[in-house]
Amino acid sequence: MEARLFALQRLTAMVMAPFVLVHVGLVIYAVRGGLTAGEILSRTEGNWLWIVFYGLFVLSVSVHVPIGLRNILIEWLKLGRAAASVIGLMFGAALLVLGIRAVAAVGGLA
Amino acid sequence: MDTTHSTNQRQLTVRISRGTEEGKFSTYLVPWRDNQTVLDVVTEVQRTQEPGLSYRYACRVGVCGSCAMTVNGKPRWTCRTHVSRVEEAGVIVIEPLRNMPRIKDLVVDMREFFQKWARAGNTFVGTATRNDPPALVSPQSKQRKLADAAIECINCGVCYAACDVVSWDKDYLGPAALNRAWTLYNDERHADPKDVLHKATSGSGCNSCHTQGSCMKHCPVSLSPTGSIAGLKRSAIFSLLKGG
Repeated sequence: MEARLFALQRLTAMVMAPFVLVHVGLVIYAVRGGLTAGEILSRTEGNWLWIVFYGLFVLSVSVHVPIGLRNILIEWLKLGRAAASVIGLMFGAALLVLGIRAVAAVGGLA
Repeated sequence: MDTTHSTNQRQLTVRISRGTEEGKFSTYLVPWRDNQTVLDVVTEVQRTQEPGLSYRYACRVGVCGSCAMTVNGKPRWTCRTHVSRVEEAGVIVIEPLRNMPRIKDLVVDMREFFQKWARAGNTFVGTATRNDPPALVSPQSKQRKLADAAIECINCGVCYAACDVVSWDKDYLGPAALNRAWTLYNDERHADPKDVLHKATSGSGCNSCHTQGSCMKHCPVSLSPTGSIAGLKRSAIFSLLKGG
């Protein structure tokens, strides 16, 4: 279990590292001349490249973050592994739902 | 030992933690000699001033790993630590190793420390019988070189006392046990290296290490348990990816 979570956290980190660079680069590029919500949506809605990009991003975040949170709960709040796992799972599920809702809205799917 | 007491002999102030509770120190003055080790000082205090002082040592030459203590706040092997390297304004403060329950004075209970060696999967299981010839392990093989780099541990407990992860997670197996697991994992005579990996990674095993490197910094024989733990983490990931 611990070895699997450790591996998953590293693998999702490897996925996210280039995503973060692309995301930040994109933000800097896109706002050069000022930007409105309407302009963003006009580029992202129905654009499957960005829907898949941010969909995968959300998926990686919802796996990566709860594993780290679980470790913090175990190490710093002295929580048992089972309790920390439940809280981590709930937090991960919340991230996933919020993230997918955001991707759907920006991608024009909702 | 020079037993003449000349009045102009330099004196070293030694503060030794006593009893079973924290914070109780006794102060002693001992002659400050050339080439004196911290263990020499503790022995001199016990033989000349405080016969009831409890401490451990055996070989006095850095082989047995019995005499580790906290000296001026850092874990050290006292038999190979010269006073001249650690004294601060003529004072040395000696305490028991941290992260282990104290028995009395400078003696700690190392049972848990050694039980964790077993929990980390460090039981050798051979594949040969006594009728087989000795195994031929090439000193040039990659595995043997990896084991070699970590094999000279003297079980002194300095790394375990130096480790902050042990201090906040009592279940953490600790650098020494995991370092040994790495050598066994790389021992080609061992029958079940996967079991080592499984035990070393489960619960508060090698994945709890924060790579702070205190074990590596304080190891008296200059080993890198940090490197061994990283090796275990890496091997565990590759083993998982291969479907193990």
